[in-house]
Amino acid sequence: MKKRELAALIDVSFTLNRGERIAIVGESGAGKSILGFSIVNLISKPGYIESGSIKLENKELTTMNLRQLQEIRGKRIAMIFQDPMMTLNPVLTIGNQLVETIRSHTNISYKDARNIAIEKLHNVQISSPEKRFDQYPHELSGGMRQRVIIAAVLLLNPDIIIADEPTTALDVTIQAEILQLLLSICRDNGVALILISHDLGVVSKVAERTLVMYAGHIVEEGPTLEIINDPQHPYTQGLLNALPQMTIPGQRLNQIQGSMPSLAERPTGCAFHPRCPYATQKCKQEQPQFIYSGVSSVACFMIEDMLNEFADTDKEVL
Amino acid sequence: MLIFLLRRLLQACFVMIIISLISFSIQDKLGDPVQQMVAMTVSPEERNQLRNELGLNDGFLIQYWRFAKGAIQGDLGTSYYYKEPALDVILEKLPATLELAFCAILIVILIATPCGVMAAIKPKHILSRLLMVTSSIGLSVPIFIVAILMVYIFSIELNIAPSFGRGQTTEVLGLWESGLFNKNGLSHLLLPSLSLAIALMPIFVRLIRAEMMDVLQSEYIRFAWSKGLSARRIYFIHALKNTMLPVITVGGIQAGTLVAYTILTETIFQWPGMGFLFMDSVSRVDTPLVSAYLIVVGGIFVITNTFVDLIYGLFNPTVRLASHGL
Repeated sequence: MKKRELAALIDVSFTLNRGERIAIVGESGAGKSILGFSIVNLISKPGYIESGSIKLENKELTTMNLRQLQEIRGKRIAMIFQDPMMTLNPVLTIGNQLVETIRSHTNISYKDARNIAIEKLHNVQISSPEKRFDQYPHELSGGMRQRVIIAAVLLLNPDIIIADEPTTALDVTIQAEILQLLLSICRDNGVALILISHDLGVVSKVAERTLVMYAGHIVEEGPTLEIINDPQHPYTQGLLNALPQMTIPGQRLNQIQGSMPSLAERPTGCAFHPRCPYATQKCKQEQPQFIYSGVSSVACFMIEDMLNEFADTDKEVL
Repeated sequence: MLIFLLRRLLQACFVMIIISLISFSIQDKLGDPVQQMVAMTVSPEERNQLRNELGLNDGFLIQYWRFAKGAIQGDLGTSYYYKEPALDVILEKLPATLELAFCAILIVILIATPCGVMAAIKPKHILSRLLMVTSSIGLSVPIFIVAILMVYIFSIELNIAPSFGRGQTTEVLGLWESGLFNKNGLSHLLLPSLSLAIALMPIFVRLIRAEMMDVLQSEYIRFAWSKGLSARRIYFIHALKNTMLPVITVGGIQAGTLVAYTILTETIFQWPGMGFLFMDSVSRVDTPLVSAYLIVVGGIFVITNTFVDLIYGLFNPTVRLASHGL
């Protein structure tokens, strides 16, 4: 890497099975969104993928040229963005923005494409889809627009949907509706989902598996329920403790002391050590490796030591 | 829509009244029209008699009132030099100026748009950098230098295009004399319209580039990429339409600059249009013609901006709704 460049993601590795729903959680700045965008190579400039490999059914995505990527984008891997107010082009009609997606990937007539678009709008429970088809984005509410975006994403029956905080910009009542819609659509069509979120409540309802990220690293990975019931990594524990539900009403909310380091000031060793209540000298110097804790895979020396101790006592007993 | 136009009309009247007041109040500062009209030998008494006939000895308000009464009926006074209604003299020259302006605008749109887009899409490309440098130079070089340079290169050195006049004209539908429909007229149009275009071009190239770069950063463009659309569709449908919104507005305001530049261009190329006529009238102290010109130009400015607002509505759906509601 050249001087003055910063790495946003380091040693991040995971697999996504067909039809599986996974979540990526972490604080702002952990690298969640960058991870989502790099999958289809849509990182904002001047960012770029320095090294590594991203494969879709053994096809390498990182080395594809623009034309090859365009065939994947929208058709195999589609994306839902955070703010529905900003995601649709204000000067083009809803219909126009739906039909163009279909027509740029397949050779079908405008009329057929229109029928597909209206059917998908119907699927996402938009009332009078024929009328919405000719409307402009500003004529729709935020929740409606997010539905339109989900419809747009479904147009070509993709294998994977990457949803980057799809409910963050919506108000709470609509959040639940959109989440339910997203979940049922993924379930019914066997679409795999990568949900990027900082909201563990959202994640627990949707994702089967969860990856916890901190400062460009994955720190813990495992089944969502297990992670929520029995978090292993001190950072995951901190995140869960910070949920308002974890505090007795009337008391101060829990928080993790300190804040996420910026990319330029990433600490040595385990990046979480300055904020970790269990940090030792070793944590400051070495990078922990992933180990299976019995609940989830976790990168933490404390867990490693504990597991080793158990193994030793087991031996002694034997 | 109708109410919008009516409101514009009202605004236009207001603007015209102010323009006419200003142009009227500078009249007697230009010099004495009588001195230009009569020979040296005419006695002071006779001069004074002529002044009385022309109403030049009356007070400012009386003169203005007389003028305003006529103006409402479409009579902007009689030119001292041509001895014809000032409005007729100007309208006769209007087609020449409009053709010149139209060609210049056409050249600006056809060249500035692709240049601006190119500079925005590939900001590091050598051509884009060259374009930016050239446009900086273009912004700072005055139009008369550009025009004189063009005459020197294309007329004198290369002898490709004529350097003055309008050349042959043909009558179009019995409405006006046009130079657009024959080769000779077009060749005469080449240098003036090109100079005028060059004067206006840099600001548009820079504006389109800046706006386009801004738009390309937006979320909806990123979403368009994530849908797998072709680069051409993203640049020219998704981005360009949004880019043009502020450009159209600035375009309307630049209409004023355009009129100012036509005066210079027409003078240099001896183009028989309104601007050239205006310069002549000023030196002849033909005050009715000068005021009439200012009022006509004010009218053109208001009409252009109304037109621009209507076009803006075509590009921006949110505005279209608002104008229905009003």
